Amino acid sequence: MTGSLNLWLIPLVPFAGFLVNGLVGRKLPKVLVSAIALICTLIPFLQVAKIWFQLSSITTPYIEHLGTWIWTGAFHADFDLQLDQLTMVMLLIVTGVGFLIHIYSVGYMAHEEGYWRFFAYLNLFMFFMLTLVLSENFLLMFVGWEGVGLASYLLIGFYLLKDSAARAGIKAFVVNRIGDFGFLVALFLLIAHFGTLSFNEIFTRIAQHPAWQGGILTAIALFLVLGATGKSAQIPLYVWLPDAMEGPTPVSALIHAATMVTAGVYMVARTHPIFERSPLALSVVAFIGAITCFFAATMGLVQTDIKRVLAYSTVSQLGYMFLGCGVAAYSAGIFHLVTHAFFKALLFLAAGSVIHALGGEQDMRVMGGLRKKIPITFWTMTMAVFAICGFPPFAGFFSKDEILYQAFIWPHGGKILWFIGWVTAGLTSFYMFRLWYLTFLGESRAQTHELEKQGAVVHARSDSKLVIEAEHTHAVHESPWIMLGPLVILGTLSVIGGFIGVPEAMWGHDELGHFLEPVLGSVPHPPGVSSGLEWVLSGAAVAIGLLGLLVVHFMYKVKPELPAKLATQLHGLYALLLNKYWIDQLYGAVIVTPLLLFSRYILKALIDRGIIDGAGFAAGATAQGFGAIAQRIQSGNIRSYAGWLAVGAAVLLIAVYFGFTAHFLPQ
Amino acid sequence: MVPIYYYLILSAILFSIGVGAFLIKRNIITIFMSIELMLNAVNLSFVAFAHHWHQVSGQIFVFFVMVVAAAEAAVGLAIIIAIFRTRATLNVDSVDLMKL
Repeated sequence: MTGSLNLWLIPLVPFAGFLVNGLVGRKLPKVLVSAIALICTLIPFLQVAKIWFQLSSITTPYIEHLGTWIWTGAFHADFDLQLDQLTMVMLLIVTGVGFLIHIYSVGYMAHEEGYWRFFAYLNLFMFFMLTLVLSENFLLMFVGWEGVGLASYLLIGFYLLKDSAARAGIKAFVVNRIGDFGFLVALFLLIAHFGTLSFNEIFTRIAQHPAWQGGILTAIALFLVLGATGKSAQIPLYVWLPDAMEGPTPVSALIHAATMVTAGVYMVARTHPIFERSPLALSVVAFIGAITCFFAATMGLVQTDIKRVLAYSTVSQLGYMFLGCGVAAYSAGIFHLVTHAFFKALLFLAAGSVIHALGGEQDMRVMGGLRKKIPITFWTMTMAVFAICGFPPFAGFFSKDEILYQAFIWPHGGKILWFIGWVTAGLTSFYMFRLWYLTFLGESRAQTHELEKQGAVVHARSDSKLVIEAEHTHAVHESPWIMLGPLVILGTLSVIGGFIGVPEAMWGHDELGHFLEPVLGSVPHPPGVSSGLEWVLSGAAVAIGLLGLLVVHFMYKVKPELPAKLATQLHGLYALLLNKYWIDQLYGAVIVTPLLLFSRYILKALIDRGIIDGAGFAAGATAQGFGAIAQRIQSGNIRSYAGWLAVGAAVLLIAVYFGFTAHFLPQ
Repeated sequence: MVPIYYYLILSAILFSIGVGAFLIKRNIITIFMSIELMLNAVNLSFVAFAHHWHQVSGQIFVFFVMVVAAAEAAVGLAIIIAIFRTRATLNVDSVDLMKL
């Protein structure tokens, strides 16, 4: 390999797009804004593709030194970019899916206010995300980590006049801060222990000391996990992600499904040498993943907002990825990250297409019967639904199976983890097919709903019903091709994406696993486990997926009155799920309210107003007091000044007379 | 030969009269006159010292003081006339527009 790969271009081109659109985009026509944004995303994608084809001739890890950032004593942190197989996979996902979502956004956001602002933020996000995956040290990664949080905040609160959107943005930012605190503490521990933040230096050092186990490494790993739970929306910090759906749908697809939220998984995979030395931290990751996966899925069962179902589904699928990383099957976690990026981005984009078709309606209770009206959206979404439910040979089947299999053979509580993951597969199937049935199948419930809402008020004519129906049918329209194109591409990837990692037990070669081996190590295959087991587990997973489908079919097709009946009969459970276990309320009561009260009454009233302001006021009052005394001399009466002058002169004369000035005079 | 301290005592007396009048009087012309008196008291001691030390610089200083005093008298009288025209009074205590 001769010459440089110019990795620095990959993040900086989107940044240039952000600068141009952010500074002068307001004055540019929409065509130009979208052209700039698209080109600035396409160039990195093409470059990544070019590197992909050169990859065999590159010695990995390829490191590009751009300059020194911090150099103080023995510690230094550099602007170093790194390319290895793991980075490569992430780059392809981020730039590829990112570019598709940019295209989609051109159609989706066409009629929105602040068009230029949206694309500027999207490009900013791309910049930070690419920095995150390309960085060679923890510090630069942290820059990207914080930056994607910022972009996420800006985009969640994109509809800035909407109160709930602004609140959701702040919530996401604050909850992420808690995780970032963990990340930061981990960085400090790394500096204290290793004196460096470079990935390669730290991992080399760990490799040289096989005796290092637990201890400080566990502490570092656990703080990293805290960081990862914040960014990847895991228990206990998942609460921001459902609210993040307030942002425009392409944002939910790009940031809150395909890329940013997987940063935590990427980070765990990237720092796996640390986790390998700490069984405790690995178990924590695995159990956080499994529990999140299950609870998020149960919350998704009863949501009625189409995007919220997908949000809980994202949290749940991220739980699977954590589960995979927690059982030391990092490549399985990354595999699911890849397939999830395809089908979840597709699900969100298709949901966006549905919302677009219905003019902004997100409530699934008033959808239905859209299969015929928006067929392309329907078919692409169907592919995604089958992929996420893990039906063979769709993408999700292979990746989810790999995780479940790896969990099953994990010696430390693997059976429990597998069982949770397996049950969740059934729940996943249930909530996804529920969404599918409610949205696309059956009869449209929108018309009666519209009639009830508007009724004769809008069209006070005898044939008003006909008029509204006619208009409504006209209003439901398939999205333009600029939105459907990305759907079709992602749909294709959701179908065939799984073949990059077909396990060896199924006549595959696990290409992705072997590809990632130089970075993540080989996938463990303990002796004495027959390949038959993998078949059995796959069968079980598909079976429970089918069961979920059948239950949905029975509840929403055969007996449509059943869900409502169940909701009344199991009222307690239903309310528990619908209110998301009251976790938001719990956090509000236990953390937020005491914190607010403490801030308001102790920090603000007592310390700020009382002590800090009080000290300032006291100093001011003292000065004023002295001023008032000194002011009396300044009478403004010229004769009194002259009098003081005369008195002063007299005092001096007397002093001279009594010899005080002997040493002033020349002898 | 009159000893020098005679002159100095006379000068001090004249100066003190000037200061006293300056402090006590309210009529602006009287104040002006007391300033002139103080200047001339200083002039007297200058001349006395010049004679005593046989140096001419003290006398030159006196000329300077006289010139400045003459210029000051011209300006001062002009100001006094202007004040009298606008205020119809010469009482300094009533000229206090600039006071806070």
